Amino acid sequence: MAKKKKATKKFTKSKPENTDKNLHDSILELLRITSTVLPDDIQEVVLDALHREQKDTSAQYAMQIIDKNIKLAETKSQPICQDTGTIVIKVYHPPGFFQLKFRKICEKAVVKATKLGYLRQNSVDSLTGKNDTMNVGNGHPQFHFIEHKKKGIDIKCMLKGGGCENVGAQYALPNTPLEAGRDLAGVRKVILDAIQKAQGRGCGPGTLGVCIGGDRGTGHIHAKDQLLRLMTDTNPIKELDDLEKDIVKTANKLGIGPMGFGGKTTLLGCKISHLNRLPASYYVSISYMCWAFRRQGVSLKTNNTISKWLY
Amino acid sequence: MKRLDYPFKKEDVKDLKVGDMVLISGKMYTGRDAVHHRIHTGTKPPIDLTNQIIYHCGPVVLEHKDGSFEVTAAGPTTSIREEPYQWEVMRDYGIIGVIGKGGMGPKTLKGCQDYGCVYMHAIGGAAQVLAERIKSVDNVYWRDLGSPEAIWELTVEDFPVVITMDSHGNSLHKEIDEISNKKLQELL
Repeated sequence: MAKKKKATKKFTKSKPENTDKNLHDSILELLRITSTVLPDDIQEVVLDALHREQKDTSAQYAMQIIDKNIKLAETKSQPICQDTGTIVIKVYHPPGFFQLKFRKICEKAVVKATKLGYLRQNSVDSLTGKNDTMNVGNGHPQFHFIEHKKKGIDIKCMLKGGGCENVGAQYALPNTPLEAGRDLAGVRKVILDAIQKAQGRGCGPGTLGVCIGGDRGTGHIHAKDQLLRLMTDTNPIKELDDLEKDIVKTANKLGIGPMGFGGKTTLLGCKISHLNRLPASYYVSISYMCWAFRRQGVSLKTNNTISKWLY
Repeated sequence: MKRLDYPFKKEDVKDLKVGDMVLISGKMYTGRDAVHHRIHTGTKPPIDLTNQIIYHCGPVVLEHKDGSFEVTAAGPTTSIREEPYQWEVMRDYGIIGVIGKGGMGPKTLKGCQDYGCVYMHAIGGAAQVLAERIKSVDNVYWRDLGSPEAIWELTVEDFPVVITMDSHGNSLHKEIDEISNKKLQELL
């Protein structure tokens, strides 16, 4: 009897669901949307910036083209920017998650996304100068695995362009030329200095992720993590919240403007956090994100299909 | 809005001033880091660059089954990396100008003055708007450098740029840098 029941069950059961294929497809879709659709919170601040610029100036012209570009990329499902940038993949997973398997599946999805033109071939061997690996190579894509208490998996993806990465900065305080000491007043000075030095080269108006403290490595990673925060959120630490607002307000008085053409909006947002430091060091790490702020995320169902978009 | 139409002439460039918004129609060649490095180290460009425009761009290019190409994203890349080389290309190969983003430094500004060239700023990140203005991909050279670094010969129509460095010694980038630096000192 038992045997028969088992046999029947086997007979009626449809082909088992291929959750690996689901994962591949979900990541591919995440990559496509990240590359082609700017998240709502970013679109809002970009549109605000467009309305702020004066009529018939090159700043307004730049913002109009940016606005048009955002819409066109979404309609055509093609990259907002040709520079795919570094593909940063953050995986939030429950205990017992198989990281190596995830990596493999994710790499396959990245290759597919590159073949489909959602991503540019963008990974160069630093020694040979060769760029032929479809975005998979030493350190590419960039994976971060974070264990969380939830049952399901969340994946966040950020495409961090090279132009804006190049204008990122790290200061060790005290900084004598800027007279920046080891306090929030000093932090303010170096952040504003970085914005002035970046001019329009990071494809402004941009957004800053900042980390106070940490070491040279964790400082930069944590600074970039701040870019995962929503534009509209409030920093729970009052002093940092005040500093974030002050930086945006002050930066927009510098007159650098979109693309560095001169104008009213130099910075769209600033997100600051902190890590502990050593008594001997006090780093301020600054990550600059261009207006083409490409980040997205998904929550997966148990079968690895997408249940929810995170931005 | 001014226009710059192919065939380009050096005289056209003289009329272009910092702040001018210009629509370009005609031909341009992409060329970025590896191309400039190769030319600098002594290799002659594979095409005649006289009165041509170099576009600092690493496009996303799809190759169709019939061997034809389609550019699906083509915004400018940061130009300052070509600062050591650009003036030489202006001197040796007779280009009328370059398109890029972020502006360039004193060497290039002097090159623009000495050899009658202009720096045209495209909108960084606007890969779709700019790709739409590319009407055809006519050829590709130095493909061994990898797709983003190769020289792509493009025909464009109404390609939008802003003149930010002219042949008369003016640079919007220098100006904004000075103004914003002065302002920063007040605000610190």
